[in-house]
Amino acid sequence: MSGIDDSLLNEADETVRVRLIVNGRKVACEVAPRETLVDCLRDSLELTGTHAGCEMGACGACLVQLDGRAVHSCLIFAVQADGATVDTIEGLSERGAIADLQAEFHRRNALQCGFCTPGMLVNAHELLSQVTQPSREEIRDALSGNYCRCTGYEAIVDAIDAVAKARGTSGGVT
Amino acid sequence: MDLGETAVKARAFSYFRAATIDHALDAHARAGDDARFIAGGQSLVPALSLRLQAPRLMIDITHIDELRGVRREGGHLRIGALTRHCEMLSEPLIAEFAPLLHAAAPFVAHPAIRNRGTFGGSVALADPASEFPAMTLALDAEIEIAGPSGRRRVRADDFFIDLFETALQPGELITAIYVPLFRADQRFAFDELARRRGDYALVGCGILATFAGERIHDIRISYLSVGNTPTRVRGAEATLVGSRLDAVRIAAAQAALEGDLAPPESDEVPPAMRLHLARVLLGRLLGRLGEAA
Ligand SMILES: Cc1cc2nc3c(=O)[nH]c(=O)nc-3n(C[C@H](O)[C@H](O)[C@H](O)COP(=O)(O)OP(=O)(O)OC[C@H]3O[C@@H](n4cnc5c(N)ncnc54)[C@H](O)[C@@H]3O)c2cc1C
Ligand code: FES
Ligand code: FES
Repeated sequence: MSGIDDSLLNEADETVRVRLIVNGRKVACEVAPRETLVDCLRDSLELTGTHAGCEMGACGACLVQLDGRAVHSCLIFAVQADGATVDTIEGLSERGAIADLQAEFHRRNALQCGFCTPGMLVNAHELLSQVTQPSREEIRDALSGNYCRCTGYEAIVDAIDAVAKARGTSGGVT
Repeated sequence: MDLGETAVKARAFSYFRAATIDHALDAHARAGDDARFIAGGQSLVPALSLRLQAPRLMIDITHIDELRGVRREGGHLRIGALTRHCEMLSEPLIAEFAPLLHAAAPFVAHPAIRNRGTFGGSVALADPASEFPAMTLALDAEIEIAGPSGRRRVRADDFFIDLFETALQPGELITAIYVPLFRADQRFAFDELARRRGDYALVGCGILATFAGERIHDIRISYLSVGNTPTRVRGAEATLVGSRLDAVRIAAAQAALEGDLAPPESDEVPPAMRLHLARVLLGRLLGRLGEAA
């Protein structure tokens, strides 16, 4: 790779080609540099499971996994992710990676409108992959950047707690 | 902030992914300094989306290897500018040799933001409400800077100048932060008071103290969220040097804060309340240091 080419400076908003592995599939899309990853996912790739709420890092609705870690897709430009692996709620669902979390959220009414749910699930998935038996306090702490306007959080914490315990007794993390 | 009046999309810019420090510096100069380095983007992207900033060129520095990594160098721990907040929690060298950063890290934002935000970005931004800039002061860290005219190191004491203003000149890059290795005769403590976990603190404080037996030989106390910059409280420090940490000394240090701090007027947290919270926090932390013997 080399230094900057001066012509680049006069090409603001000229689209660039970005290659990603999204949910296990190689994709390429044309994006303007200012386009955030959440817009690219929703508009270009039609993966609308990732929600855009505040678009400034405050609500957590837009969480996706980037190279295996939960990040806000509203706080990264798609060009920055060129070459990276992205897993959205669609991919995690299809793979069955969060099936037990989804079932428990459903069973305990841990969602009403569902706007916050994809972000909650991505976050819960990361938490349980790092801490196998989190305390309720740790669960709350991990969810501190995810807003829910409907449930009052209690059922969400219950669901994650129940899954952590179930995974512990069944002896395996999916 | 009235979001109803504000666009939430950044203005158009060009994007350049730099592979080396020289390429990044050169790109900045060629854009006539109408450019921004982007690291974790966790502060910059919201600022662009709200159009508080609208540079012509975005220089991605996250692929520059030289800005990465944590290692011992002589009496210091060299922490690369791109070290992510989450690594402050997971990296064993940090837990061992810069435990104050390890202790402060859980208070920085939320897990997903810690997965991307960088140490260099936090120090460069110098938000007075941020944990890490204040901790560089407590640690007597040195900030290594690369610019068009070469490299230099600036002590944290000389780095923070005013609100969001630092010794960094336009087009200069933080490459690493050097922290003196934590020693067996030292103790540390960190805590903060916030309305909710993950929120920016109302007041936060970190302390690094060197003991000679039971007496304090040297102490550095640094606050966040008490003024325009991260703030050392030299009056309180002076009351403690040479003494044991007993109730009388702790009370004297708390009283000295009145001369050290002049919190700004604010609707949410009046200056008297902030000063009170600063005293409460200092009492707690010094108490913990005393017990840590
Ligand atoms: C919802 C939310 C809550 C947050 N809460 C907290 C909190 O409680 N405490 C806290 O400390 N922070 C908090 N943050 C901010 C977060 O910690 C940022 O990661 C950090 O302030 C900036 O680091 P960054 O790597 O993301 O920098 P960026 O956003 O990429 O850059 C910030 C600025 O620094 C410059 N810059 C970046 N790297 C360098 C470098 N190496 N050399 C020179 N200049 C550079 C950029 O040009 C830009 O001007 C929060 C952010 C959000 C969105
Ligand atoms: S949309 Fe990204 S955090 Fe709200
Ligand atoms: S279910 Fe509606 S916001 Fe959480």
